[in-house]
Amino acid sequence: MTQTKVSYKPSDEVDFVIVGSGAAGGVLAKELSSNGFRVVVLEQGPYLKPEDFTHDEIKVFTQHLLTNDAKLQPNTFRKTPQDKARRQQGVMYGRCVGGSSVHFTANYWRFHEIDFVEHSKVGNIPGATLADWPITYGHLEPYYTKVEWEVGVSGLAGASPFDPPRSKPYPMPPLPVKGSGVVFERAAWKLGYHPFPAPMAILSQPRAGRDSCVCCGFCLGFGCEVGAKSSSLAAMIPVAEKTGRCEIRPNSYVSRVVVDKNGRATGVEYFDAKRNTHMQRAKAVILSANGAETPRLLLLSANSQFPDGLANSSGMVGKNLMPNSAAIALAVFEEPVNDYKGFAVSRVLHDFYELDHEKLGFYGGGGMDARFDATPASFAMGGLPPGTPRWGKQFKKALEQNFTRTFEIFCHGTSLPVEANGFSLDPDVKDAWGLPALRMTFRDHPDDLKLMAWMRERAMELLDAAGAKTKWSEPVGEQQFAVHLLGTCRMGNDPKTSVINADHRTHDVQNLFLCDGSSLVTSGRGQPTMTIQALAFRAADRITALAKSGQIQG
Amino acid sequence: MNNLQANRRNFLLQVGGVAGAAWMNAQWPAIVAAAEHAHQAASAKTPTKFEVLTQEQARQVEAVAAQIIPTGETPGAQEAGVVYFIDRALKTFATGAVPAYEKGIARLNELTVANCPGTKHFADASAEQQEAVLGKLVAEQSGGGGYRWLGSGDAGDFFETIRVHTIWGFLADPSAGGNRDYAGWKAIGRDPEFTFSPPFGYYDKNYPGWQAAKTEAEKK
Repeated sequence: MTQTKVSYKPSDEVDFVIVGSGAAGGVLAKELSSNGFRVVVLEQGPYLKPEDFTHDEIKVFTQHLLTNDAKLQPNTFRKTPQDKARRQQGVMYGRCVGGSSVHFTANYWRFHEIDFVEHSKVGNIPGATLADWPITYGHLEPYYTKVEWEVGVSGLAGASPFDPPRSKPYPMPPLPVKGSGVVFERAAWKLGYHPFPAPMAILSQPRAGRDSCVCCGFCLGFGCEVGAKSSSLAAMIPVAEKTGRCEIRPNSYVSRVVVDKNGRATGVEYFDAKRNTHMQRAKAVILSANGAETPRLLLLSANSQFPDGLANSSGMVGKNLMPNSAAIALAVFEEPVNDYKGFAVSRVLHDFYELDHEKLGFYGGGGMDARFDATPASFAMGGLPPGTPRWGKQFKKALEQNFTRTFEIFCHGTSLPVEANGFSLDPDVKDAWGLPALRMTFRDHPDDLKLMAWMRERAMELLDAAGAKTKWSEPVGEQQFAVHLLGTCRMGNDPKTSVINADHRTHDVQNLFLCDGSSLVTSGRGQPTMTIQALAFRAADRITALAKSGQIQG
Repeated sequence: MNNLQANRRNFLLQVGGVAGAAWMNAQWPAIVAAAEHAHQAASAKTPTKFEVLTQEQARQVEAVAAQIIPTGETPGAQEAGVVYFIDRALKTFATGAVPAYEKGIARLNELTVANCPGTKHFADASAEQQEAVLGKLVAEQSGGGGYRWLGSGDAGDFFETIRVHTIWGFLADPSAGGNRDYAGWKAIGRDPEFTFSPPFGYYDKNYPGWQAAKTEAEKK
């Protein structure tokens, strides 16, 4: 380590200040610093290293080692704008360098062509604000490939007959198949479906100085000690720092974007670890703070010039939240599956990606995977069949029998955009820094619930075909908890109905860009991070071109 | 070197690569130190001093934990040192749960006196009596739980709290201070190793490898 890391003073006017170091922020930091720009990344969470990661479920899940903590950042929830919101944690996101990519499952499907043009294909859906993207799959394809090769995705090109066209194979073979994958694959074939090896952002071979997966089994929810999980922390941040032009500044909680009287962003104001405030000056500001915190920051930045929040002339900031719909079916098998070994997912199925909505009576589509993502204590609390005694001999017997014999089919699907769903500032509740708390308003579009009920039935059929000894599933109900924070500052050509243009530039502020889950126009079928990163690679190209041709300074 | 240390070291060694080994050399003493206190406390033959619970309270807590996850052919809460985990939790991250424990233990002893003539303390009742008494306590209190998400461990309700703490003390990684010698993982069949390679279990043992042709074949 001969590299000395660069550090800037807040008063230095850098080229870009990026808020957030997650899936999008990490990519933008790496790309823009590699392109010669001076970059400061402000991350509200700590800068954890692999040696800070642990397999201690208590620290990770209940003490929020890697994620936002409701004690510091409470949020409120209501179903409709007519309701009074109550304190209830509705949002979970990564709060450390690398963001949610540190703890994610790492399912890395590309969106399909349909996801970009759903509105022109199906027309208006009552109650939904479905719209086409200003870009198509074709625009994004080279950047999907870039994610696969630069961030590191394992998979098998051509294995799914439903896959959209691709310009290059995966850089690495798929991860090994798990027992759940084998059982799921056989059942799916039996029913005439087309299972395929899961594309995962986890290294199946050593690459770029990182180790390959050791199959430790503490994956979803946990940070990877060996750097095999392709988080921004493992894959992007080190490259950005190596340029000598990018500073990652952790424990820096941004409170607003500062604009001058000409309506140009001049930097961002933030609290350091000691809660002193600073302003980091920059020629341009990029918010990659996630689909909850990016709109919150815009709303917190309201002033007399922008009374409804920054970049909100459309009124669309914080609207159209799409958390993706989900359903789960679990089963116990006769023999040990030992699915706790490895990572979460090894087989996926996309036969339901595009459903016949006229025949079924609802719009939407989904994907399914076979997985086991429970760790021992979380399994004991939530992985046993309904009706199992909660303590005593029978409880223990079920743990002894089932831990090694259980896996689940996870159904992921569309969330239709609904304007009333989203994030706003709570009028009463404040966070530990005295800033208005996030208020989440959400009620699933009825089609999303119908889709999940339908997918759940398919999952149960698959478990039957798989020869499950016992199977059960959670009833489909309205969601009140979101981890996929999508659509809340949507991209579009029309400044009246969207917040950013196809270059990720806000329609209203020339040197303010947004890039993260909030940019998505539709929700795909449940695995958004791959697309968020493809967008970030593309945004970096667009922003570089604009900066180099003098179109940001204006 | 005890099992915990051996397993952690094994994991770190198998992590492999120059980076892994260098990291291990730099971090190893700190990792051992962090794990040491809890582990030594849990594995000592004579219990070390409890920091929050009185000896008498600890006896009751240990008996309740042993009812929640009993010892049978496989180790239970007792062998995993759950009571030491709980005492340490009450001193560190679960200080808010102390009143629930105090009240809960007192109530359990009341129920013991009422239901088991001549017995003052829950821990002194027979296993069958304990099961019945704990059942009465559970009936008095609210239910809880839910899929997937871990309980918070600070519910006001004594039974829910001690249930969550017992599960943690039995099954969470030993670095959290319980699961002595991986007793909990052994009971549920979780191999304490930290690196695995396929085949992982019964069903993937004879997997022939991915066959794209199969998807074509099934079309006919």
